[in-house]
Amino acid sequence: MTETIDNAVFVLASALRLAVPLLLACLAGLWSERSGVVDIGLEGKMLGAAFAAGAAAAVTGNAWVGLAAGVAASVALGLVHGYASIDQRGNQIVSGTAINMIAVGLTALLGAAWFGQGGRTPPLEGAARFQPIALPGADAAAAIPVLGPIYRSLISGQDALTWLALAAAPLTAFVLYRTRFGLRLRAVGENPAAVDTAGISVRALRYAGVVICGALCGVAGAYLSVAQAAGFLPQMTAGKGFIALAALVFAKWRPGAALATCFLFGLLDAAAIRLQGVELPLVGQVPVQAIQALPYLLTVVLLAGFIGRAIPPRASGVPYVKER
Amino acid sequence: MTLRLTHAMRGAAAAAALFASALAAQAADVKPAIVYDLGGKFDKSFNEGVYNGAERFKKETGVDYRDFEVQNDSQREQALRRFAREGYSPVVAVGFSQASSVEKVSAEFPKTQFTIIDMVVDKPNVQSVVFKEHEGSYVVGLMAAKASKTGKVGFVGGMDIPLIRKFACGYVQGVKAGNASAEVYQNMTGTTGAAWNDPVKGAELAKSQMDRGADVIYHAAGGTGIGVLRAAADAGKFGIGVDSNQNALHPGKVLTSMLKRVDVATYKTFMDARNGSWKPGATALGLKEEGVGYALDDSNKAVVTAEIKAAADKAVADIVSGAVKVHDYMSDSKCPM
Repeated sequence: MTETIDNAVFVLASALRLAVPLLLACLAGLWSERSGVVDIGLEGKMLGAAFAAGAAAAVTGNAWVGLAAGVAASVALGLVHGYASIDQRGNQIVSGTAINMIAVGLTALLGAAWFGQGGRTPPLEGAARFQPIALPGADAAAAIPVLGPIYRSLISGQDALTWLALAAAPLTAFVLYRTRFGLRLRAVGENPAAVDTAGISVRALRYAGVVICGALCGVAGAYLSVAQAAGFLPQMTAGKGFIALAALVFAKWRPGAALATCFLFGLLDAAAIRLQGVELPLVGQVPVQAIQALPYLLTVVLLAGFIGRAIPPRASGVPYVKER
Repeated sequence: MTLRLTHAMRGAAAAAALFASALAAQAADVKPAIVYDLGGKFDKSFNEGVYNGAERFKKETGVDYRDFEVQNDSQREQALRRFAREGYSPVVAVGFSQASSVEKVSAEFPKTQFTIIDMVVDKPNVQSVVFKEHEGSYVVGLMAAKASKTGKVGFVGGMDIPLIRKFACGYVQGVKAGNASAEVYQNMTGTTGAAWNDPVKGAELAKSQMDRGADVIYHAAGGTGIGVLRAAADAGKFGIGVDSNQNALHPGKVLTSMLKRVDVATYKTFMDARNGSWKPGATALGLKEEGVGYALDDSNKAVVTAEIKAAADKAVADIVSGAVKVHDYMSDSKCPM
């Protein structure tokens, strides 16, 4: 019995670790798209941030400096996207794709030029990484049935960025639905003309959305290279930005649902890891390939059958042109 | 003024002639080239071994070489063909995934010497170097079993291919030889090339095995393995490195590394080509040929106890003498364990 609970807790902890970058990127996309700017450059921004964070943390030996560098890099890429799609009214898909491509090439090139390790940044140790924060009494509490292991392995031992990510979801919900700024930002994604008529700058609001998106992507990237791994590796985002985009559609552009969706995706991933090579009753050992396809299969099935139609913000992807 | 100019020009012409003759002299010498596999030449693992061997050759002979790091699968053939066309020989192709490219390009350039590492290509101008990884894996498996306190050990592979299954199978045989009741958890990272470059997933796989009680984890996963070793070191458990000597990545936390002497193979190929003794055909380097082995250095000598070392050395001797036979997964796509 205890073993089953332990196992369940370990899978949940693994799911949480896998969900954090998805959640941050998903919320980032939510901010951008709610303001009317479609962003498929999440992947590129995360990658850029992961590199900047890994490099800065390696040079300074401070994880927080790494985080700041990651956020700065990601916001800078976001502003490029913002300039192209808000001021220049360019095609937002093209701009996002360009950012993805730039990030892949630039990070590998700069990494190779600066550190001479094939695009890798030097491994991070100690304070250069976000270390797990052990909560008081974690080991003492382990003896308590059910709650003990949960407290010890799931709640205690998470790093600062995980807590930041978990706080970001309710914070996003609060700002979007309970503040004037949030109301305006949502309005600009649905009907920018109405916002403009009210005398509020569409451009400023959309830039705000893009910058917040950049900041969250920056945290996601820093989490990958400075918290979860110990250093940057070329293309280490491995498609997480696109999965976050899928999660955003899945969650119908709502923060609460985004939290749940990202955790579900993390859980499927964690289960896939755990089920590998395990003899299941009736079916026996499931091939690796089948297990690894499971999260994607479930996504397709759930998307097709269970969540209904996902309707994006009406003005997302459409540059705003004032009629003159 | 005119006179001085003519002088200068004559000087330049002489210099150019000298330079040309120097080039000609060099052209008669060997012009080696390397095409690395995905992961790049500083992967602290397989590719870096090749790089080290090539650097050693360069240092000893003063002969420079060209190299290319592929970024995607379609570049392999182009890179091989370009080197061959420019007259480079031998051209070393690193990794099993270059087999089809080597097969094609070697037919187009029958005079160029190709060497492929980790795969056999049967062509008259191709030298194939493969390793008996199962033997080396057996030895580190035995060491893992001896070092484990929980009786549970792990294996994390990169891409799910027969070659990596061969590592896993040798490892399991070694573990069972060290402790018949030991449990081995096995995970593969993925089924595409991305599985070699995902340290986050590697760390997650290692954590899931440690959660189940594993306290020694062996990886054969290239860049992904960096995450495996790091996760093991973070948790105060042992990792086991692969291909190159990875003991120094986390001193005292990497039990040992299964060495695949790709550096020796590369160095030898270049040297043979230079001395004119390069030969096509397949060679398999095992413990006997010192093509594989386990790493013992300052970083891990404190954790490899006398008992572990004695067991490992005995296993090496037994395999070399033929007293112990390690099953090769790739011979029949089955693992007896």
